[in-house]
Amino acid sequence: MDILDILLSASFWAAAIRIASPLIFATIGELICERAGVLNLGIEGIMVAGAFAGWIAVWAGLPLWGGVAVAMLTGMALGFVHAVLSVPFGLSQHVVGVGLTLLATALTFYTYRVVLPEVSSPPKIEAFQALPIPLLSDIPILGPALFAQTPLTYAAFILVALVAWVLYRTPLGLAVRAAGESPAAVAAQGLSVTVIRMGAVMVGSGFMAVGGAFLTLSAFDSFFFEMVNGRGWICIALVVFGAWKPGKALLGAVLFAAFDAFQIRLQQTGVGQVLPYQVFLMMPYILSILALVIMSRRAEVPAALMVPFNKGER
Amino acid sequence: MTAKDQAEVVLRLSNITKRFGSLTANDAVSFDLARGEVIALLGENGAGKTTLMNILFGQYTADEGSVEVLGRALPPGNPRAALDAGVGMVHQHFTLAGNLTVWENIVLGAQGLGGLSLRAGAVRARIRALSERFHLRVDPDAKVGKLTVGERQRVEILKALYRDARILILDEPTAVLTPQEADALFGTLREAVAAGLSLVFISHKLHEVMALADRVVVLRHGKLVAERAVTDTSREELAALMVGAEVTTPEFQMHAGGAPLLSLHAVHAPGLNGVTLDLCAGQITGLAGVSGNGQGALSDLISGLISPTSGEMTVTGQPVQTWSPRTAIGRGIARIPEDRHKTGTIADFDLTENAILETYATEFSRGGWMDWGRARAHTEALIATYDVRCPGPDTRIRLLSGGNMQKLILGRVLETGPMIILANQPVRGLDIGAVNYVHRRLDEARLGGAAVLLISEDLDEIMRLSDVIHVMSEGRLSPGFARGTKTPAELGQWMAGDGFDAVA
Repeated sequence: MDILDILLSASFWAAAIRIASPLIFATIGELICERAGVLNLGIEGIMVAGAFAGWIAVWAGLPLWGGVAVAMLTGMALGFVHAVLSVPFGLSQHVVGVGLTLLATALTFYTYRVVLPEVSSPPKIEAFQALPIPLLSDIPILGPALFAQTPLTYAAFILVALVAWVLYRTPLGLAVRAAGESPAAVAAQGLSVTVIRMGAVMVGSGFMAVGGAFLTLSAFDSFFFEMVNGRGWICIALVVFGAWKPGKALLGAVLFAAFDAFQIRLQQTGVGQVLPYQVFLMMPYILSILALVIMSRRAEVPAALMVPFNKGER
Repeated sequence: MTAKDQAEVVLRLSNITKRFGSLTANDAVSFDLARGEVIALLGENGAGKTTLMNILFGQYTADEGSVEVLGRALPPGNPRAALDAGVGMVHQHFTLAGNLTVWENIVLGAQGLGGLSLRAGAVRARIRALSERFHLRVDPDAKVGKLTVGERQRVEILKALYRDARILILDEPTAVLTPQEADALFGTLREAVAAGLSLVFISHKLHEVMALADRVVVLRHGKLVAERAVTDTSREELAALMVGAEVTTPEFQMHAGGAPLLSLHAVHAPGLNGVTLDLCAGQITGLAGVSGNGQGALSDLISGLISPTSGEMTVTGQPVQTWSPRTAIGRGIARIPEDRHKTGTIADFDLTENAILETYATEFSRGGWMDWGRARAHTEALIATYDVRCPGPDTRIRLLSGGNMQKLILGRVLETGPMIILANQPVRGLDIGAVNYVHRRLDEARLGGAAVLLISEDLDEIMRLSDVIHVMSEGRLSPGFARGTKTPAELGQWMAGDGFDAVA
């Protein structure tokens, strides 16, 4: 049977992990923002900007990790815009986020044309290469899937563990979570809700941009305008799917990516001859919606998500 | 002069003045707190008690004056400095995160933000030790959202003790507790004092003040009007100082009830567990209990927001078939909602619009057009009759004080000549003058033959006004007790859930 062959092939799982990597970065970024109480709908635009900034930096001569750093800083700068408007000014997070997505996308187009005025097809760069880990990559199926990826994919998995540690094991993480649950409790301890929330939004936005940069620096070696293609919105759903927990969010990202990798392969089987390909493209989204419905039942939404905090107001 | 004068002064407020626009919330207030002393800060709503404590805790910045803790001036507007100096505050509205555990709430902010680990084990051990020492029983790993109000308060106190607070400020600590819980709290506080802590507690309950405090500081309109040692004063004197005049608390006669106007028999509904209740004409039925035990559900049921899922409901002699707020109003049920800001009024509507919220379609419109002239005249009459202090009927209602807002709601309710009056927490947050006014009006409505259901967390209020008293606990309703047949302690046991099983 074709389907079983797909599921048992190492290349399928390697593809799933590769597709999941940018989602993991961006989902963790969004998760950090939302844990602090700020819904960041700027994610889609920040990913576009990150994809472009990382790529153009490497094209201009920076090393690959330099490109990642530039993407991170670009994301943090855009995150700062979001944070200023949504935290101290307390504006609607929906409006700020959607506005930021439009701004970041448009700014990317503009910068692209300024930097590359005459180009008809975008130049290529030398992208991250797969870095198989000795011994581990020899494990059947699991080896090629998990341990023969690019360094940026490893970074995504390390990031999940790191963020989970910070959120649950450190005083800083506790303060971030408390800011998303009860900002009044944070303020009563003499901590600044504004600083904590702004910091979380900036760091989270930085990771979103790195997620975008994964597309240009690791998954592919060039930049296209449509390449983010709604991944940001998927990550918003993945945060809910993951019940605002890093581990579960990672699982969700891999699951979604597996659906995506699966449908590509399914198109090439006998079933693909019968059904139009659009049905396959829809598959991951439909399955995600179903999974979301089931998973989000028991989720504990951060109580102060989307609630601006004004000191001294009751 | 007592021995306390020689004791070390741990807290000194000097000449604190705070203005909000044209309002002076604190006017040159000064007092000292000695080690191991308990000061009660007494005053009516709006007297400036909470503002003063928020200045002390650094949440507000005073316009003038200074705060000294253990001889050192606190930088203004900095809660962190207050905490570090050993000031702990238990706010009236708890500042806890419901989705976090007890220990997480307690340790939040106590370790700085730079650490690589929370050292959860050590934190839990320290919390357990403190719980034991001060009899503040609570599970460190429980989610705060799952705790009762009493337990949450324990968490707040533990939070302060965890930071080695030397001075504890409690803002109306017993407002949300059963009498038994309040007694336990006082036990804990006495132990804390014996361990060398000093307390300031805000209250307007005189018996608590007399029971716990060494000294009473009375605020009125932002000014410190008196300082008394508890041994040198009386409840009557304190009440008079608080209000600025002799207070006569009205006495209410008991009345035998007439025919039941609203009857529930074994009614189940979301939040209600087999409730049987008669509201009789010419009687005030009091409903005591800690909030969140089904009072809201009962109030929703009577006002038509929810329907019974089983059991019988009879209103003015007729069984209820379909039940909605509209039919409830049609059957002569009038409501004083629990939350006058959220459900009682529409903040940005003016007084006229708020006064006709329930009757605009029937009384104040003609052929589909609003009759604003009549509505305005009606509102002006309400304002005059019910003594609503306001600039006029065109004022947005959010600009009124709580007492005046409640008077308008009261007028709206009583002017329709209701058969049944549902009064849910009608005097919460009002000062003594307004409280007595609302009570007198409810008493008049009873004399006029209405059946009144009075829901309150204040047992004193229930016991003074009601002819029959029921207690609610976890959705169950106790049998009715005639006023005077049960002591507060006995009612408190029912509030804690004892006695229901014997009945069932």
